[in-house]
Amino acid sequence: MPARLIARLDIKGPNLIKGVQMEGLRVMGDPYDFARRYYEAGVDELLYIDIVASLYGRSKLTEVVRRTAQDVFVPMTVGGGIRTLDDVTELLRAGADKVAINTAAVARPDLITEVAKRFGSQAMVLSVEAKQQAPGRWEVYTETGRERSGLDVVDWVKRGVALGAGEVLVTAIDREGTRKGYDLDLIAAVAAVVDVPLISSGGYGAQGDLATALAAGADAVAVADALHYGRATLAELRAEMGAL
Amino acid sequence: MKVVVVDYGMGNLFSVRRALEVSGATDIEVSSDPSRLAHAERVILPGVGAFADGMAGLRSGGFVPAIHAYVATGRPLLGICLGMQMLMEHSEEFGATPGLGLIPGAVRAMARVGADGARRKLPSIGWAGLIPGGVNGWDGSVLAGLQPGVPVYFLHSFHAEPTLRQDLLAQYDYGGVPVTAAVKRANVTGTQFHPEKSGPVGLGIVNAFLAG
Repeated sequence: MPARLIARLDIKGPNLIKGVQMEGLRVMGDPYDFARRYYEAGVDELLYIDIVASLYGRSKLTEVVRRTAQDVFVPMTVGGGIRTLDDVTELLRAGADKVAINTAAVARPDLITEVAKRFGSQAMVLSVEAKQQAPGRWEVYTETGRERSGLDVVDWVKRGVALGAGEVLVTAIDREGTRKGYDLDLIAAVAAVVDVPLISSGGYGAQGDLATALAAGADAVAVADALHYGRATLAELRAEMGAL
Repeated sequence: MKVVVVDYGMGNLFSVRRALEVSGATDIEVSSDPSRLAHAERVILPGVGAFADGMAGLRSGGFVPAIHAYVATGRPLLGICLGMQMLMEHSEEFGATPGLGLIPGAVRAMARVGADGARRKLPSIGWAGLIPGGVNGWDGSVLAGLQPGVPVYFLHSFHAEPTLRQDLLAQYDYGGVPVTAAVKRANVTGTQFHPEKSGPVGLGIVNAFLAG
């Protein structure tokens, strides 16, 4: 399967925002406008993450998803504040194809199995926010990078896939918005233990970063602010990946 | 033209409806009432999730006899993803489960090992090029006019294996192993890929289903 290029859109309320290491938020505009533009430029998938939902409990994301699905006909993965099967049903019915779950899966791992049984493992993306603790060791964070879980990333990913996750989204929170490039050691460490597709997110900085992330073991790469700020076009990123 | 989208509690109905709308359908009904199929000129059977749950949903909704009666009229039916798999005779997902039996063959787990002996990742997620299957290519089908190799979006771990080569409409290559991408038998068509999520190409396929 050719590697996928995913546009990541972090949402706060009705707005597309961009965080630097998940702090210091900047409002970028209406996510629909960006999503539509990326669709028309040939993006492979969209990834919406509601970055405050798990803190304040109530997701406004469904509305953003439904509005996007009116005019955007590529797959959407949606995460942020998903706690129950009803939350998943609501998002899938609004036009999402997959859900990304982090905090609620850490709190109650059986949720992974329940979502996979009901909607298929292909719809259950395990979202992992990884913060480096030492060389070759990362800890799982929840609540959009605010809370420590005590879980080791590699162990947790193994368990999540065994419980039914059909895809893994790993966000290197040390790298988000830093333009330092993807955490290649993290990608390799996770890729070594899973036999489901792996999406790498966090840190795209310059030409060459996508190719090295894919070479390290990612099946898909998510790009956020480089696209939102227009530092790179989808065509340039695609060319860099050597696909199509 | 009346288009009915079968609502049995599973699937991305919103995107299917929108794909129909932008493809020019004006009379679209998303319905959980099987009697509506009697009035339909096109029927779409969408679906995401487990085969057994999908069939249980169709059965408890009274859709199984209604779908058979609709197909017997000769009018076109399109199954998408799980909706395509349920067209087959049975599935081996979590034990054998009977399907609608509209197309001879079974639904099986995709092989973990590729042609080169290396392990493949599953689910299969992403865009892959369509290859004409069967014996007649894809003339006269919803894929007519598409260039071989045109990419569409897949998201699945199981695939249909039609018994008859002539029912195999299209395949794609996954790690050197051919995987069923679409099936067709008379007025019954199924796509493993998601036309409603395959960009302009997918919308063209939806358009062809409405026009054909």
